[in-house]
Amino acid sequence: MRRAEQLARFLWDFVVGDDWRIAVGVVLALAVTAVVAGASVSAWWILPLAVAALLAFSVRRAAPPRR
Amino acid sequence: MTASEWGLAVSVFLACTVEAVEAVTIVLAVGFTRSWRSAFIGVGAALLVLAAVTAALGPALTSLPLDVLRVAVGGLLLVFGLQWLRKAILRASGFKALHDEAALYQEGLRAARAAGGARPGVDGYSFTIAFKGVFLEGLEVVFIVLTFGANQHHTGIAAVAAAVAVVLVVLIGAAVHAPLTRVPENTMKFGVGVMLTSFGMFWGAEGAGAHWPGSDAALLGIIPVTLALAVGLVALLRRGSPSLGAGSTAASDDAMVRA
Repeated sequence: MRRAEQLARFLWDFVVGDDWRIAVGVVLALAVTAVVAGASVSAWWILPLAVAALLAFSVRRAAPPRR
Repeated sequence: MTASEWGLAVSVFLACTVEAVEAVTIVLAVGFTRSWRSAFIGVGAALLVLAAVTAALGPALTSLPLDVLRVAVGGLLLVFGLQWLRKAILRASGFKALHDEAALYQEGLRAARAAGGARPGVDGYSFTIAFKGVFLEGLEVVFIVLTFGANQHHTGIAAVAAAVAVVLVVLIGAAVHAPLTRVPENTMKFGVGVMLTSFGMFWGAEGAGAHWPGSDAALLGIIPVTLALAVGLVALLRRGSPSLGAGSTAASDDAMVRA
């Protein structure tokens, strides 16, 4: 059990890394893309928009503006 | 080769070069201070485990239907790439210490000396540090090679690009007997982050059912736009940068292996 926990923690750190919000955001963006594309509506723009927002949000959280 | 295949080869080459440089630094540090024999046994054991991981995951990945593969692997690559890019942006803007191979090497030497004298036979410390270093850095190489290669059905190109990078770094490391401090690792990591994020976006969206304008040629737009976004974020953050200074290095705030 402990080994499984260690492996899970390692895989989490390896793929997800420092900010889990990025992983959640990517999964949500992919899901929205699939739904929109499934309705035969152009959906290619969703992921770039999500990436720009997620990256900006994540680095801003890590580097708050100096007061 | 097509533009897409060149993109694949260059991305894998750059990513593997930076990982190989980090692994070589770790092996040199324990080899010089404690035991070359134990360090090499650790390297060999790590390579065997990596080969087993590749043999297990490679065929499993390539047997998946293309759309499933692209959405799963594209998503993973995107998450992975965004983490690289996030760190690179924070480093470039002064919010995270730059990765400094010379400082990491000195840190490795200090830690190896502090662990006491090398044991006769196989020195456990040298073996473990070399194994962990090569395995963890190598796992990133395996991940990148398999995901890039499987998605484009060009695992061969990805594997050759990775092998050239690793052999080149090992040969240079063996020749100079010192960490490869002149490799512009921070810039290369920035570039790799841009490429992983761009390819992850492209494949993830295609796997989810979206169609890019211009099909594969869309990558020629996605990569520069991602680069512009990253550079723009660096410029914005620099206005509020805490100015870590030239003396600040990754050795001081990152673990040696995962820096």
